[in-house]
Amino acid sequence: MESRFRLLFLVLPLFTLGLSGCAATKNLFGWGEEEAPPPAEIPEGQVIEPQVERRKIKEPKIDSEDFEIGAFAGIMSIEDFGSNLVYGVKLAYHVTEGFFVEGSVGRTEGGLTSFEVLSGGAPLLTDSERELTYYNLNVGYNILPGEGFIGEGRAYNTAFYVIAGLGSTSFAGDDRFTVNFGAGYRFLVTDSIALHIDFRDHLFDIDLLGQEKTAHNLEGTLGVSVFF
Amino acid sequence: MSERNITTIHSTSRSTNSLWVTLLVFLLIQTLTTGLAQAADEYRTVSVADPYLELRTGPAVGYPIFHVIDRGEPVDIIKRRTDWFLVRGLDGKEGWVDRGQMERTLQTGGQEIEFAQANQQDFTDSRWELGLMTGDFGGANVISLYTGYSLNPNVSIEAWGSQILGNFSNGWMASVNVVHETWPDWRISPFFTLGAGIIHTEPKPTIIQGEDRTDEVAHAGIGLRVYATRRFILRAEFKSYVVFTSRDDNEEVEEWKVGFAFFF
Repeated sequence: MESRFRLLFLVLPLFTLGLSGCAATKNLFGWGEEEAPPPAEIPEGQVIEPQVERRKIKEPKIDSEDFEIGAFAGIMSIEDFGSNLVYGVKLAYHVTEGFFVEGSVGRTEGGLTSFEVLSGGAPLLTDSERELTYYNLNVGYNILPGEGFIGEGRAYNTAFYVIAGLGSTSFAGDDRFTVNFGAGYRFLVTDSIALHIDFRDHLFDIDLLGQEKTAHNLEGTLGVSVFF
Repeated sequence: MSERNITTIHSTSRSTNSLWVTLLVFLLIQTLTTGLAQAADEYRTVSVADPYLELRTGPAVGYPIFHVIDRGEPVDIIKRRTDWFLVRGLDGKEGWVDRGQMERTLQTGGQEIEFAQANQQDFTDSRWELGLMTGDFGGANVISLYTGYSLNPNVSIEAWGSQILGNFSNGWMASVNVVHETWPDWRISPFFTLGAGIIHTEPKPTIIQGEDRTDEVAHAGIGLRVYATRRFILRAEFKSYVVFTSRDDNEEVEEWKVGFAFFF
């Protein structure tokens, strides 16, 4: 992972310096191959082999998979505005075997309120104001890691996780500070591909229907993600 | 355990016609194929130096040990997730081994091996930092994303973007600041900061009659950076802003924030 970041942030300065091919650059940034010291020559006739001090080698060339990118779709209920299809994308970083941080964006659309349907009057919102877009930044914890079994011969790693975070929801012509919390189940089909079931409650304050209240907007989604 | 390696990918059908979802699916396929291409590469091989290497069925301490590999036997390292390594033995069995045990394996040449692991020294010496913070900006909620670059262990420069969500107005702020840490080698490292930027405010039309405006701001602040684990930092700070409005009086705003960050 470290190498990934280094690559990302050091490619640009490298190009700027225009020294990408120069051996001096390697040493300047300190990630050149470590030079092996020449092996000590064993003098003829020596009986006892000298104790060679073992050299520790840092090992960066292992595929590190701490990031997870995914897409999800499901149903989201917007309080007073009915339920509709929601879809979105997310990116997670696994900090330890238990904790992960996640950012996601999603989009859905509000329907008509009961008031609008019954009164038959002018709609409360325009079509574009009915579109709901949210983003959130969350911290999750794999509270119940485990295994799921299909039949006799197949075992899959799973985890039940709890997650909470905050973000912003754009709905009814306003950006609203939003707190969300929920839980999910991750099912690893292979070591790198996971299926998710997620339930969240998104809370924000809204005063559209006369009085200010905290709206609970429940969301249930299915998703797929890939570790990289 | 070989059942774990089945790579049948069930295609998911989803009826969304948005372009960006299509793009994401494309990206997913791209990642998948890259992953498979990498699988074809040669793996790093090490040999077991401990009496035995314990293989678990999953990358966490709770998973059961289902197999052991004896001292001297070679293992291929397939991938790493957090502090766990997926290894494959001679008999093809794959399992997860923790970093502590992997550090006691040897390379084919007999050298010891050290796996990259961020520690508190890196917390002091790292160059880049990326973080998220949230809190209160003069009574409104604020969500901030920042990136920092260390010029030396004591001084770093940061760039911030914030979204401000209030009862009477919404807006955003962009700023740059200089951070000074007096004791950068402490696990809980205090800092102070000075900076400047711009703030854009949009009063909510339903509540206040007003125009959108963009003003310059300057700020001073104090805070704490706390090394948590791996490359993870917790951070808390207080900043005092002066907004240079086009009116006669300047506006003063106080901001409290907490959040987390990564260094690399």
